[in-house]
Amino acid sequence: MGVTRAFQTVYTMWLREMLRFKRAKSRIVGSLATPLFFLIILGTAIGSSYKIESYREFMTPGIIAMVLLFSSIFGGVSIIWDREFGFLKEILIAPVNRFFVALGKAFGGVTTAVIQGMLLMIIAMSVGVEYRSLLGLLASIPIMFIIGVGFISLGIALASRIESHEGFQMVMSFLTMPLVLLSGAFFPLSELPPWLKTAVYLNPLTYGVEALRWALYGEPEIPITICITVLLSFAVITTFIGSWLFGRAKV
Amino acid sequence: MKSLLNLCIVSFGSAGAWSEEYVDAIVTDGITKSFDGFVAVDGVSIAVGEGELFGLLGPNGAGKTTLINMLSTMSRPTSGTARVCGFDVVREAAAVRRAIGVVFQGTTLDDHLTGRENLDLHGRLYGMAKKLRRKRISEVLQLVELSDKADLLVKTYSGGMMRRLEIARGLMHHPRVLFLDEPTLGLDPQTRFHIWEYIRGLNRDEGVTMVLTTHYMEEADTLCDRIAIIDHGRITALGGSEQLKSALGGDIITLRLANSEDGERLLRLYERSPYVSRATIRDSTLYLTVEQSEEVIPLVFQTALGSDISIQSVTVRKPTLDDVFVHHTGRGIRDEVASEFARVRYKLQTSKR
Ligand SMILES: Nc1ncnc2c1ncn2[C@@H]1O[C@H](COP(=O)(O)OP(=O)(O)OP(=O)(O)O)[C@@H](O)[C@H]1O
Ligand SMILES: [Mg+2]
Repeated sequence: MGVTRAFQTVYTMWLREMLRFKRAKSRIVGSLATPLFFLIILGTAIGSSYKIESYREFMTPGIIAMVLLFSSIFGGVSIIWDREFGFLKEILIAPVNRFFVALGKAFGGVTTAVIQGMLLMIIAMSVGVEYRSLLGLLASIPIMFIIGVGFISLGIALASRIESHEGFQMVMSFLTMPLVLLSGAFFPLSELPPWLKTAVYLNPLTYGVEALRWALYGEPEIPITICITVLLSFAVITTFIGSWLFGRAKV
Repeated sequence: MKSLLNLCIVSFGSAGAWSEEYVDAIVTDGITKSFDGFVAVDGVSIAVGEGELFGLLGPNGAGKTTLINMLSTMSRPTSGTARVCGFDVVREAAAVRRAIGVVFQGTTLDDHLTGRENLDLHGRLYGMAKKLRRKRISEVLQLVELSDKADLLVKTYSGGMMRRLEIARGLMHHPRVLFLDEPTLGLDPQTRFHIWEYIRGLNRDEGVTMVLTTHYMEEADTLCDRIAIIDHGRITALGGSEQLKSALGGDIITLRLANSEDGERLLRLYERSPYVSRATIRDSTLYLTVEQSEEVIPLVFQTALGSDISIQSVTVRKPTLDDVFVHHTGRGIRDEVASEFARVRYKLQTSKR
């Protein structure tokens, strides 16, 4: 009985995210536009100006990771909206375990994030970006999934402590942009000054970018085993912190 | 981590039936809630019988929502205990949750989904099987006459439709007790009247025990079997509407005077006279509670003439719940300017995003 209920709770929360996602087509298009501009304009411009061959290919894993980061943190932090618009009460009054509520929310958000990541990957192909192999493309899916779980749970953790949507703006500007810029999405890791290198290596997103680079192009600067270990640990830790904080969150 | 484990055990623990020692649907014993020293609910002890339609009437900030939140396990009492359907609201919170439905003060719908989807998710959260869910969805939609709007996004609903959908959702899983926090706040009179009909019908046909809060006297008056008047977190009076009114003893005479100085002077005279059992003043209007109004009115006029004060108008009526409220709290519930703010707040909450 317990397992069935747990599964049902997770599934219900997942289903809700899917139903909302289904109706958010314009939001999806909008959220893919910016990264595509980055890729096409910045990728081409920097590549030709600085005579770096295939800079666009270099940027692609970084841009995909960026989309994943944005949509998963957003997915987690959307709990703030659920609180503001009251739906959180409907969930919290139900005879369900909050741990599985958080888990379902996370899976729902991750699903939408991965779909967006895959869409971007495919659209990028249409503008000339090439990948190593089909196998690599498939391998990138579970990697995106792990990245998504980690950051959505981080979002849930933050949302459980942040009381208003003003706080949400703070998160978006002081967390997501630094994470993207300090991730090796746009530059190679080898030639950095020590202070920057330290920051980049402390950033979990770096390992996501590198893992995707491995899957799509096979030439990561950090070994894939290390990347996966870091990403998995990050996902597990944030999932527990996120659902623990959500369990104690005020309505 | 331990609390997480506890959560698991609690939510999957005992089944949702009535507990053995069940007597009343709700029993509270000195239940109290304070926020940083401010006492919002102050030692409330009430009992609500099974199938009863029980009203909590009080002005803004009286502590109605806080009380409901404690009874529905949304917040923990600072002290005191409460049992709902025989289960302790703190120690057996999961069992209480399975037994109750709650319609919160503000909207708690997901307005990016359709009405039907909102109900469906609710059914899933309460572990209802697919067939039962389907059947129940069409039943409750019919009850609140929303069947033809079920597949529209909630965003497109009016305030009254949203309220009806929430009531339908609260009933969907067959709760034993339904809490309704200000079910008609901010709705127009016609919609309110409709919702009263639904509430009354549901209480009668489905036998659900209902606790509703309101600061509309007519609402408490026409709907509720028994009413508890709550003010500053305390229950100041409890009983059936008629019982509360007749406890005031007799009729209310309202005298309108030219100014409040006249009123004050007359008040002191009436307070001393044996035929007036209670006299109060608001601005330049006097309220007298008397037993035999036919015989007392001439005496009232004589007193006024005797001290050279002219009465501008006089009305006689049976006491209303407003008078009951004034009697017990010294203030009129209508005096509360804040109710207008609450109305606006509700409008904002329910307005389209
Ligand atoms: N979380 C909280 N923290 C601090 N004070 C609170 C909190 N919740 C309620 N209060 C205070 O407790 C008192 C009772 O509030 P409550 O919401 O229960 O009133 P109410 O009777 O429901 O009023 P209304 O008609 O406006 O809904 C108010 O003075 C309110 O400011
Ligand atoms: Mg309230």
